[in-house]
Amino acid sequence: MAEDRAPTRLEPLALVAVGGFAGAALRYAVALALPGAFPWGTLAANGLGSLALGVLLYERRFADAVSAETRLVVGTGFLSSFTTYSAFAAETTALAGTGGPTLAAANVAANYAVGIAGVLCGRRVARWVS
Amino acid sequence: MGVVTPLLFVGLGGVAGALARHLLGERVDARTGDTLAVNVLGSLALGAVLAAPVGEGAALALGTGFCGAFTTFSTFAFETVRLFETGERRRALASAAVNLGGALAAVWVGSTVAAAVW
Repeated sequence: MAEDRAPTRLEPLALVAVGGFAGAALRYAVALALPGAFPWGTLAANGLGSLALGVLLYERRFADAVSAETRLVVGTGFLSSFTTYSAFAAETTALAGTGGPTLAAANVAANYAVGIAGVLCGRRVARWVS
Repeated sequence: MGVVTPLLFVGLGGVAGALARHLLGERVDARTGDTLAVNVLGSLALGAVLAAPVGEGAALALGTGFCGAFTTFSTFAFETVRLFETGERRRALASAAVNLGGALAAVWVGSTVAAAVW
């Protein structure tokens, strides 16, 4: 019995792992491509990732044509690792020290705006393709 | 360190972070706040990693890779929008505020504790 069940348990973990590797590595590459005092890389990753996750999760409500395996590797693995809350929080704290409270507040407002707008745009795209 | 090695460090940390988030999410009901839990715990850990005297490779693997992937902004944004459009507007605003306050406080606690220990 245990041998029969092992693959069904391991396969989701493998899918999440593959997505997690790609998502974290791409987030790092985006941050390298957008240097500067303001954390543009995290902002770009959070906006783009929220848009894509909005498409993926609203597609489930409208059409549900995407397989569970694709959702695991793209949603739980890739997009959830590509976007990040901890780096956003740490960079906001650092900005408050180097750039002042106004720049830190601007970073919070910008990340929340692109995250929520991203999900809403993703919902539109999902409805359009469904 | 070149270009490939940092990407490998971040990627491998990302594997561990994504798996830890996935396994925690399977054990915690979404209504009780699994996204809040990973965002606060991951921010605590990142604050500690950034304040601790770790090498560049460890900072990339643990900080950028593990903590970055363990926490998530996209799932947080999606859940907040869903709460708002299902009529639970107060819960949506509370989610937005508590994730922010919790994560910022956690970064501070993590870095303060790490700085005091080392």
